[in-house]
Amino acid sequence: MNLWNDPVNFIAHWLTSLFVGWGMAGWLASLIIQLIGVIVLILLMMLFDIFLVWVERKVVARFQDRLGPNRVGPFGLIQPFADIIKLLIKEDITPDGADKVVYNLAPILSLMSVLLLWAIVPLAPVIFGVDLNVGALYIIAAGSIGTLSIIMAAWSSNNKYALIGAFRQVAVLVSFEIPMIATMLIPTILAGSMGMNEIVQGQQTVWYVVLAPIAAIIFMIAAIAELGRSPFDLNEAESEIVAGFHIEYTGMKFGLFYAGELLHAFTFGGFWAILFLGGYHFFGLENLGPLVAAVILFAKAMFGYWVIMWIRYTVMRMRIDHMLAFNWKFLTPVAFVLLMLTALMNTLLRGTPSGVYILGMFLTNVLLGWIIVEILRGYSRSERQKTQNVAPAAATAHH
Amino acid sequence: MTAMQIFFLIVGLVILGSALMVVTTGNLIHAALWLIVTLFGVAVLFAILNASFLAVVQVVVYIGAIAILFIFAVMLTHKEMRDRGPQLNNSWWLNAIISLLTFGGLFWMLQSWNGFSKVAADFPSSYDAVGQLGNALISPDAFVLPFEVASVLLLAALVGAVYIAFNPHSGDSRK
Repeated sequence: MNLWNDPVNFIAHWLTSLFVGWGMAGWLASLIIQLIGVIVLILLMMLFDIFLVWVERKVVARFQDRLGPNRVGPFGLIQPFADIIKLLIKEDITPDGADKVVYNLAPILSLMSVLLLWAIVPLAPVIFGVDLNVGALYIIAAGSIGTLSIIMAAWSSNNKYALIGAFRQVAVLVSFEIPMIATMLIPTILAGSMGMNEIVQGQQTVWYVVLAPIAAIIFMIAAIAELGRSPFDLNEAESEIVAGFHIEYTGMKFGLFYAGELLHAFTFGGFWAILFLGGYHFFGLENLGPLVAAVILFAKAMFGYWVIMWIRYTVMRMRIDHMLAFNWKFLTPVAFVLLMLTALMNTLLRGTPSGVYILGMFLTNVLLGWIIVEILRGYSRSERQKTQNVAPAAATAHH
Repeated sequence: MTAMQIFFLIVGLVILGSALMVVTTGNLIHAALWLIVTLFGVAVLFAILNASFLAVVQVVVYIGAIAILFIFAVMLTHKEMRDRGPQLNNSWWLNAIISLLTFGGLFWMLQSWNGFSKVAADFPSSYDAVGQLGNALISPDAFVLPFEVASVLLLAALVGAVYIAFNPHSGDSRK
């Protein structure tokens, strides 16, 4: 074990021997080292979050044909620090009618629900918080704490816009959770485990995006809905309900929601990479060392984050009834059919050589995709005919 | 007293304290939030007992779905969130005696059980608890019948809810 091959355990062993050398009890030393590990991981993610503010602003600027921040530091890189100083020195207002404890607890819970997710992210074969054997469910559980924080923020603000935003957000979260769970079960079936480490290890030869491309797409859609980003940003809908659930928050409390949202998007980019894009695998490059593997995972998470931003700044906001109909009448049935089909094909093709297996799984997805497109085409044709047969009101008035 | 026992006592106090707050606080939303603390404490108890699947499901189902549904029901039905009536009725002493007797009876019964003071053993590192649970749920020797009966019951409830909500006479106006 050396610093290059296993950096975390190397440092942990070194610290243990140091602490025990000072005369500390063994269990206390290991407890303190675990705490240091947690704090270091959280600090790294929060510092990375500052960088994400810059990334988000630069990317949206490119999509909208602008330059983005470019005055403070090279490429505007120091801009987020100026933003943070601004947020910190703003007046911190708690509204008169607000429920003070709940109001101040909500931003903390919001950011916590995102940071909790990083506990199970395998950055490299030897760098991970915990290898939880129910990882896929844990993601949903952490998400439900995020939902709770939104309700708490909206209710305690004592503001009607906030409450409407929360109602919309929860309607979306509760319904899009179902296709998300169903598509997360597909990597679980393929890897034979719900643990993130085993799912990544299962993608050594072939990434699951090849075996289950439709699942990857549905997971991405459900993740965007869970994040509450455009086209599913009804919870904020600044043109209708001003800012939704965080309308009353000022200064750093608003900053926590904002930072939480950015980190949440990046985190789901990361889970997309872990579940479908091979995690830290990149054609054997990850064998160079755990730090290289971590960089690969971050690059893939950045790609997922970029896809989320790409959709966000390209697609318009959907109406809530369209959104819920899209989920219940389209995504959920497709996700369940896909789940059953994947389970069946996985069992049938298990003993076959890997070439046949990969081709069989891929062709199953292609076939299902083709059937879905045909059904959608028939549906849109019948909808179009309905509108064509209706005579305009002005034409009927002449008779 | 081991560290685990101290931890258990802390969690138990949190559960009981927050459960007490659920029934004593006047604000209905606060009661729901205290209920979430209670349910989270139960999830921690499951985690202490190495039942990671049950712990996570406890959070997903009870906090993620049921508690949030409670909060919504309260928000949508009550204009005034504060319950101003008296919190105790005339027979509170009778209820107190009955609950103390029930607790005492359970405590006495459990004390004669030899598993009462045992510490949960750690699983061996290769033991796949979730896989065992999954196999038990679909194995004919174990719980396949209750599992399927529960699913049929839930399906029936779902169909019933759709039937009640569905009104064939008021479709959308295009039809």
